Amino acid sequence: MPTFVKFTIDGVVCMSEEGRQLVEAAVENGVFIPTLCNYPGIPPKGSCRICTVLINGRPATACTTKVAEGMEIQNNVPELEEFRKAVVEILFAEGNHLCPSCEKSGFCELQALAYRYRMTVPEFPFMFPKRDVEAWHPKILKDHNRCILCKRCIRGIFNSEGKPIFDFGKRGDKIVINIDPDTSKDISDELVQKAMDMCPVGAILKKEKGFDVPIGKRKYDLAPIGSEIEN
Amino acid sequence: MGNTVNNVIKRYSGDETRLMDILMDIQSELGHLSDWTIEQIAKSLDIPKVSVEQTVSFYHFFTKEPRGKYTIYLNTSVLAVFCGRDEVARAFEETAGCRFGSVTKDGLIGLFDTACIGMSDQEPAAIINEEVFTCLTPAKAKAIIAGMRAGKTVEELKGKKYGDGQNSNPLVCSMVNNNIMKRGEVVFADYETGSGIRKAVSMSSSEIIQLVKSSYVRGRGGAGFPTGMKWEVAKKAPGDVKYIFCNADEGEPGTFKDRVILTEFPRLVFEGMAIAGYAVGAKYGILYLRNEYRYLRKYLENILDQMRDENLLGNFIGGKQGFNFNIKIQFGAGAYVCGEESALIESAEGKRGEPRDRPPFPVEKGYLQKPTVVNNVETLCSVVRILVNGSDWYNSLGTKESKGTKVISVSGDCSKPGIYEIEWGFTVNDILKMVGAADTQAVQVGGPSGSCIGPNEFPRELSYEDLATGGSLIIIGRRRDLLKDVVLNFTEFFKDESCGSCVPCRALSGMSKVVLERIIEGKGTETDVAAFTKWQSIMKKNRCGLGQTALNPIVSTIRNFPELYKNRIKAGDDRLCPAFDLDKAVLDYETATVEAR
Repeated sequence: MPTFVKFTIDGVVCMSEEGRQLVEAAVENGVFIPTLCNYPGIPPKGSCRICTVLINGRPATACTTKVAEGMEIQNNVPELEEFRKAVVEILFAEGNHLCPSCEKSGFCELQALAYRYRMTVPEFPFMFPKRDVEAWHPKILKDHNRCILCKRCIRGIFNSEGKPIFDFGKRGDKIVINIDPDTSKDISDELVQKAMDMCPVGAILKKEKGFDVPIGKRKYDLAPIGSEIEN
Repeated sequence: MGNTVNNVIKRYSGDETRLMDILMDIQSELGHLSDWTIEQIAKSLDIPKVSVEQTVSFYHFFTKEPRGKYTIYLNTSVLAVFCGRDEVARAFEETAGCRFGSVTKDGLIGLFDTACIGMSDQEPAAIINEEVFTCLTPAKAKAIIAGMRAGKTVEELKGKKYGDGQNSNPLVCSMVNNNIMKRGEVVFADYETGSGIRKAVSMSSSEIIQLVKSSYVRGRGGAGFPTGMKWEVAKKAPGDVKYIFCNADEGEPGTFKDRVILTEFPRLVFEGMAIAGYAVGAKYGILYLRNEYRYLRKYLENILDQMRDENLLGNFIGGKQGFNFNIKIQFGAGAYVCGEESALIESAEGKRGEPRDRPPFPVEKGYLQKPTVVNNVETLCSVVRILVNGSDWYNSLGTKESKGTKVISVSGDCSKPGIYEIEWGFTVNDILKMVGAADTQAVQVGGPSGSCIGPNEFPRELSYEDLATGGSLIIIGRRRDLLKDVVLNFTEFFKDESCGSCVPCRALSGMSKVVLERIIEGKGTETDVAAFTKWQSIMKKNRCGLGQTALNPIVSTIRNFPELYKNRIKAGDDRLCPAFDLDKAVLDYETATVEAR
């Protein structure tokens, strides 16, 4: 029998199974904590920091936190909401994000969060980095301009032998995600689609696919991000 | 070449967690790690190429391109620049005939930048094929290049004038100097080898932990976590195998105390590790040593051999049943972030030095997911003394909340830079007097990740309750341009050393450099300066200490030297963008129209 624990989010008493990931436990209780690098079913990494909450007054990422009895969590507070907006703005200014021409527009979590936080003009300096579009792979198109380096593909995409297909290269502001030519050689169409769907932005695309849902019917045209949990 | 790869991998039993050692050994034989070599390594270890690449490309001493028969890594730190690094760099470039970041056409000489190499009191310094060259001048640089052209070995280039103390040991033979200016009662006191272990074997592990707890010794790497408490948690943590790490990855610019301790008192450090092992029930110790100190390798390995012969390491240490402990040295490959304990563990496991999420803490799940204690070099020395002399003795040194002594690396604008072991409680003023500093504009306490203070704070005392420091004071004289010579250099350092995982650290460290440059050029606004304070609160939510402190150089100078920023800000309408350069913005158009004509 699993043990259930009580905790509060913004003063509201919540319940969940002990040890459950805070992001998921919040969803069970109708609370949306925004995420970008987190993805259901793959090990969390806590790298985008957008799910930062205050636990008993101290900042911690909700994706790497397991709920415990008596936790007092602050989520929807101005300090954190401002921080989250800043993270979204930073990502827009750090890379080259041109929503109107992006295949993932309307499905993109970064774009959806920018709408949620009513981003207008980022307060951060645009870096306009020179980045490549990698098209050598027969099935995968990797657009580094759009990559937010969340590591979802590194943590979640493995070939039939269980070997990773993506991994980081370099470090700091030169960091990049590489595709392994050998482990990705016989990648199935389904796995490429999975990688594309898992990517929160339009950095991993399945070749010969895109713009296949008309504007107005795309995922976040129908309902804004988080609304399925909050309403 | 294929043989080299296979032999090296066999040496490490094909264990992918030894990837750091594998890459280092192969690179030292082949000179670089080409795509072909990486592919061979990946095949032999049966892991994807990208997994090898992620480690290779993370560390700046690993290279995929040849870096020359002689590779010169010249330090870029603030201290090196203070001592004329730029002139030395020019001399190297002019004589060699290539720029920094490249190799001469004949492949003979490579010139590369490198972050602080722990020689701040004898700058400008460089590492040439693993040997350290200190106190460089343009004339020496020219002579070195001429020597290389004449086919001299690095040994010959180095000359026969060796440094003080064990730097002249036949296994070291280095021109590096210790410059121990003040010996204290804890680290640099007289030491009888084996005394700590002899005391330890007369005690139970719980008694040792109790003694360490009652001494109130705290981690000397900077974080100040109580050592006894750390050991206790590790002892109680379930696990058949446990590890003791000694963190000797001192990469904080301006810090070099661990180098001197390891040169003069390596046995004290190793004994401390063995005692830690005895206390928490660990049989294996790893000294994680930064690659910059590779010139100490033979010497330290020989000490470890001696200690095994003397029954101070190995099995039945000190004749005690069940007291088995062995130490190996793990080298880093050039990454400041690996000084963070969980990044250090990742690195020791052969991966990129990316800090881990906590919990779990290393004491619960550390190296290879086993309970792991990571202690600083100086902390381990202190523990040995505490065992020998008792906690009452230790408590009699220092202040109310900061017990014992602190070894401080002093560098910059003063007449007596070097190592000072002082009791906690000395004021900055006391130290400035001691080191012969006059006309001091600012003092950088605890390196770039610490804070930059001005004369009004010089009466403050060094202690955990007032000004805490991991161990360095950089003295900045009045003639320096604090923003350009110091703050910008530190900001660039953090940008280069970020692991790139957390969004705020990865992006803001680069963005803050852009904005700071703007301010220095006189194109900044009040809004730019105000933004840094806001950015600081964003940075505080990064995962590790590097990210959380990367803006400290800027924010602490805004706080303590506001006029420096005010004087450089463009007065006038803040709504307009002073950084906007109309001519530059329409340059494309101009060029195109000129070409069209």
